[in-house]
Amino acid sequence: MNGKHDITLTINGQAYAIRVEARRTLADVIREECGQTGTHLGCEHGVCGTCTVIVDGAPVRSCLMFAVQCDGAKIRTVEGLADGEEPHPLQRAFMEHHALQCGFCTPGFLMLAVGVLEREPDIGDEDLLDILSSNLCRCTGYANIVKAVRAAAAQMRRR
Amino acid sequence: MKPAAFEYHAPKTIAEAVALLAEVAPDDGRILAGGQSLVPTMAFRLARPAHLVDINGVDGLDRLYLDGNELSIGACVRHAAFHRPVVDGRLGLLLSSIVRHIAHYPIRQRGTFCGSLAQADPASEWCLTAVTLDGTMTAKSVRGSRTIGAQDFIEGIMTTALADDELLTEARLPIPPDDTRFGFCEFNRIAGGFAVAMVLAAYGLKDGVITRPRLGVGGVEERPRRIPEAEQALEGRSPGAQAFRAASAAAAGAVDPMEDINTSADYRRDLVATLTLRALESAWS
Ligand SMILES: Cc1cc2nc3c(=O)[nH]c(=O)nc-3n(C[C@H](O)[C@H](O)[C@H](O)COP(=O)(O)OP(=O)(O)OC[C@H]3O[C@@H](n4cnc5c(N)ncnc54)[C@H](O)[C@@H]3O)c2cc1C
Ligand code: FES
Ligand code: FES
Repeated sequence: MNGKHDITLTINGQAYAIRVEARRTLADVIREECGQTGTHLGCEHGVCGTCTVIVDGAPVRSCLMFAVQCDGAKIRTVEGLADGEEPHPLQRAFMEHHALQCGFCTPGFLMLAVGVLEREPDIGDEDLLDILSSNLCRCTGYANIVKAVRAAAAQMRRR
Repeated sequence: MKPAAFEYHAPKTIAEAVALLAEVAPDDGRILAGGQSLVPTMAFRLARPAHLVDINGVDGLDRLYLDGNELSIGACVRHAAFHRPVVDGRLGLLLSSIVRHIAHYPIRQRGTFCGSLAQADPASEWCLTAVTLDGTMTAKSVRGSRTIGAQDFIEGIMTTALADDELLTEARLPIPPDDTRFGFCEFNRIAGGFAVAMVLAAYGLKDGVITRPRLGVGGVEERPRRIPEAEQALEGRSPGAQAFRAASAAAAGAVDPMEDINTSADYRRDLVATLTLRALESAWS
């Protein structure tokens, strides 16, 4: 029953060979076994989005997957966004547009928006708004998050 | 909260999956598809299955294809597959407009069409779609395979005709005639929330009058269903305010709405009237 599984998670290019119980969510394992605590947990049932990470190219709720399901998968978290000391264009846009206050929701918004913009660089403003409604923020009132993501989208398209 | 312990199985073929399911079903073993309903339920410890049979690695279940006059949707086809039209014509457009009402983008990357049917939430958009368009479900087990019509498949709140040892391998939606028009309208209080009420309308036109009307209501009663009284009010009438109002009144009169802490039966009934009208108008425009 409490059998453990030997799996390898590749997080931001680094392989973590770990042993986990099946019941452990991807979010918990990223934070605890792999020590990458940039991914946050709020509700643990799919509602808030702060646990959003990118698994094999798709932004997903990491509290709603089991880590065993991700054996061999490529996972990206907020720790992997910056290029050395140089923040990702979206991280810079969040700073410039005051898109965070307490910052609890920020990793989730960043991974959500990066995941979507990489797949759909030409996404329209309406669709972007719909996508940003996936995650909750208790501080900013959203307007600045929308501004930051739109600004970064424009910049990422120019690149 | 954290899910309770369970044993994890990852079969590679349908045969392996149903054999495993037959073995663990008596011990509350279940299928894990997208996990977007099951994992939250386990996190709340409302479900504590002893075994999960993960079908995400099963060969061939991710197929989505046109088979003659039917769209076949395999058990691992995600909601997100419908973001862009999956078939030419109005049906593809309809499905891509409906899918936007299901949860949120990241949840749609994992959650599956068939998982929604198996979950049978009264407010499920895909359950309403399958019932209104006369979809069929294929259930497989070590005992064999059977096909179940959508209306019989969904028995009540989170209750389906699936036996514990049955895997829903695919859902099929018949492709409606080319001239079929669709209108879908949903009301909910927050973006991505479950529907408080929703209506799916479909009809064709022959010699200027409505033929083959279908009017399905979801999120209102314990399971979605077509409303014959409203369909009768449309059949043979010319499309327009008069026929639409008659159908809207008939639908509102025919439903027996659920109540919850935020929503009285009368309020849901009013929503049915409004949404029916809007769905019919949007099919017309
Ligand atoms: C925040 C949030 C908002 C949501 N909003 C909506 C919404 O607005 N509308 C909506 O319809 N849904 C909504 N959902 C639910 C979502 O659509 C789920 O994806 C869906 O209900 C279940 O599909 P799944 O593939 O995730 O199934 P799972 O969660 O994996 O499974 C659900 C149940 O079905 C069974 N099951 C799954 N697949 C099969 C199969 N092939 N054969 C036999 N049994 C099977 C499982 O054993 C389990 O009991 C929401 C979810 C969340 C977290
Ligand atoms: S912690 Fe995963 S959605 Fe809230
Ligand atoms: S910045 Fe505080 S929750 Fe979003």
